[in-house]
Amino acid sequence: MNYEINNQPYEDTNILGMVVSGSLNNGVEVKLKPEKSVSEIKVGRYVSIEAESLKFFGVVTDIELGATDQTLRVNPPEISNPFIAKVISGSTAYGVIQVEPMLILSQDELDLIDGPQPAKTIPPHFSKVSFASDKDVETVFGLESNTNFWLGNPLDMDTAKLCLNIEEFIKRSNGVFGKSGTGKTFLTRLLLLGIIQRGVASQLVFDMQSEYGWKGFSEESKEVKGLKQMFSSKVAIFSLDEESSKRRGVNPDYVVRIGYEDIEPGDIAVLKETLNLSEVAADAAYSLERFYGSNKWFKEFLSLSGGDEFIELARSLNINQAALSSLKNRLSRFKRFDFIDQSGGNDSVTQILSYLDRGMHVVLEFGRYGSDLAAYMLVANLLTRRIYARYAILAEKALGDPTQQPTPLVITIEEAHKFLSPDIASQTIFGTIAREMRKHNVTLLVVDQRPSGIDDEIMSQLGTKITCLLDNEKDLDSVLTGVSGNRKLRSVLSRLESKQQALIFGHAVPMPMVIKVRDYGTATSYGDFQIEDTKFNFDEDNEDLFGKKL
Amino acid sequence: MNINKRIGEVVESSSLQFTVQCYDLYKSPNIGTLVKCGSDPQLFGIVYDVSNKSMDPARRPVPRGRNENKEEEVYLSNPQLNRLLITEVNCVLVGYQSVDEINQSPVSLPPMIHSFVIECSDEELKRFSSCLDFLPLLLESPVLNSIDEVISSFLIKSSRVHDDSSRFLIYAGKELAFNLSGQLIRLNNLLKRISK
Ligand SMILES: Nc1ncnc2c1ncn2[C@@H]1O[C@H](COP(=O)(O)OP(=O)(O)OP(=O)(O)O)[C@@H](O)[C@H]1O
Ligand SMILES: [Mg+2]
Repeated sequence: MNYEINNQPYEDTNILGMVVSGSLNNGVEVKLKPEKSVSEIKVGRYVSIEAESLKFFGVVTDIELGATDQTLRVNPPEISNPFIAKVISGSTAYGVIQVEPMLILSQDELDLIDGPQPAKTIPPHFSKVSFASDKDVETVFGLESNTNFWLGNPLDMDTAKLCLNIEEFIKRSNGVFGKSGTGKTFLTRLLLLGIIQRGVASQLVFDMQSEYGWKGFSEESKEVKGLKQMFSSKVAIFSLDEESSKRRGVNPDYVVRIGYEDIEPGDIAVLKETLNLSEVAADAAYSLERFYGSNKWFKEFLSLSGGDEFIELARSLNINQAALSSLKNRLSRFKRFDFIDQSGGNDSVTQILSYLDRGMHVVLEFGRYGSDLAAYMLVANLLTRRIYARYAILAEKALGDPTQQPTPLVITIEEAHKFLSPDIASQTIFGTIAREMRKHNVTLLVVDQRPSGIDDEIMSQLGTKITCLLDNEKDLDSVLTGVSGNRKLRSVLSRLESKQQALIFGHAVPMPMVIKVRDYGTATSYGDFQIEDTKFNFDEDNEDLFGKKL
Repeated sequence: MNINKRIGEVVESSSLQFTVQCYDLYKSPNIGTLVKCGSDPQLFGIVYDVSNKSMDPARRPVPRGRNENKEEEVYLSNPQLNRLLITEVNCVLVGYQSVDEINQSPVSLPPMIHSFVIECSDEELKRFSSCLDFLPLLLESPVLNSIDEVISSFLIKSSRVHDDSSRFLIYAGKELAFNLSGQLIRLNNLLKRISK
């Protein structure tokens, strides 16, 4: 190497180093250029590798220190001498990064049209590795458009927008994960806004903490705008707790009332764990239904006074009396829920459907009942079951006439593992929806901090997973099962920052990517949505003036 | 600054090294100096050893200063010493110039006896040291064992003729590190020498 040449500033400071070894199974090892320090590079960073006519895209999955001299460890050179330190670093002691090549793009013009393909080979020795450019992000993930929603920026790439194809995204059920306080709610809110703005589906949001509809809060207790404040004409707020809504300055579009007759034994089965019911007790609900008739069982059962009447019932149903009495005990708790009305509910399901049919989005606020898991699960399960049944009918009808397909529906639930745990996933409507993929044009967006509590089969059915930091081993396992290269992604995932960073992978993205989730809650962030509105012609006024877009 | 300085002539040579007898007693370049000799091709060497001795190996010098007060007076009183004693310089061959290009590789033929030996100018040193491909040649030189001293002197001299001497030394250090992988202690010592 020549001193003069060697000291030319590299034409491209983005070049990190070159491939020195590797395998398809383990990814490639890249020796860093002497002047690149390992601390400049983070796990999860997006890189590209040039190899003759091919370009690979990959992710940094590990960072190591290498040494040409194995005695370095026992006999370190005198690095207190700054000159020696400077010489040794990058030569005798050098940095190595592990890169997992994910996609391959042939520079051939014909192949360029097909776009990047999964990498089934690895770049050859000495291929040059660089930080991916903004252009590379565009090539792989696409430009912001009327289907592509800007969700965040690739790690350490502040000017490159990572876009998610919302149309593809909603074709499958999806998951947002991360331990508490990592930004799941903020991320979910962005996804909901993206779906609203792109107009590709209607949505029903079970808003447990009442933080999506009108306003939410950031950690500094600053208010952030909810969906209705952003897209007032497209969002309806339903409430279970009018008082709480009013207190928060929300005038709900509809107050939901559930009647005794609406409750089915299946709704109780879901609550088995939450209400701490035995198998026998939960099953008794089915016997009661058979005994009293489907609309009356709940009311009749709760109005039983006990004593002889009760013993008689147990005997005729052939159910252990203690089990029956514990069921009654637990169900009596529902009497305290003001939204449950002995004299009959209002037709919330029809109301919700009428909004969804118009392509609108319904956020159901739980108010004070958000802290009562039983209430949350009962209502979410009960409403979804009925709504899904209506979608099934509509979809069935559309079999003969595809133009009659109902607008796709995305249902968002928090604390998803409560509905989708292995022992009840088969019984809840949410389990059914997740397993059936998008059979009736309905998909889920599950939000959870404990993915390991979700049934494995359901996890494997989720199309796209976006996960913030997880540190529990089981949770990491559960999120990554069935993902290729999961051992390496695991190290990326467990090293995300504790907030506002996520790993996105699966159906709707060409390759896994670490992103810094788009900022939300500042004036600029709200403004960006307006800019998008006009840029992609989502603006209401435009729609009114020029007719609805097809 | 220094114009080409002729220092002497080759009196013994092999394809690895050559010996120069200097024209003037004690007028030799010091260790690590780049010299050139011959033409077509012109050969480059680096001084690795300097010795002073009697011209006739059979006649050892004898002490002559018993009655003198100062060492210089010995020479003043015995002017013939300047002819009876000689200074010899040993150089290791590190490359040659063919047409317009410097090749830092072993030479195929040694310089002829009586080739003029010239100390290279700053310009020539700068040009030659812009490339350090000859380092492995020196580092593995079978010629002598204190070669590391020679290398460090050469590098320090070279650094002074480059515009950015500390950057040059880092470059040189990295080349050494590259060539001495597996010899960390030696590398450390060498680097310590050139870091001063
Ligand atoms: N995209 C973002 N833009 C701005 N702030 C964010 C963003 N993501 C996270 N934050 C900050 O991090 C805090 C925690 O985020 P969030 O409430 O979404 O976490 P969470 O995972 O839903 O927590 P929990 O499990 O407690 O519900 C927010 O209050 C906010 O201050
Ligand atoms: Mg949250």
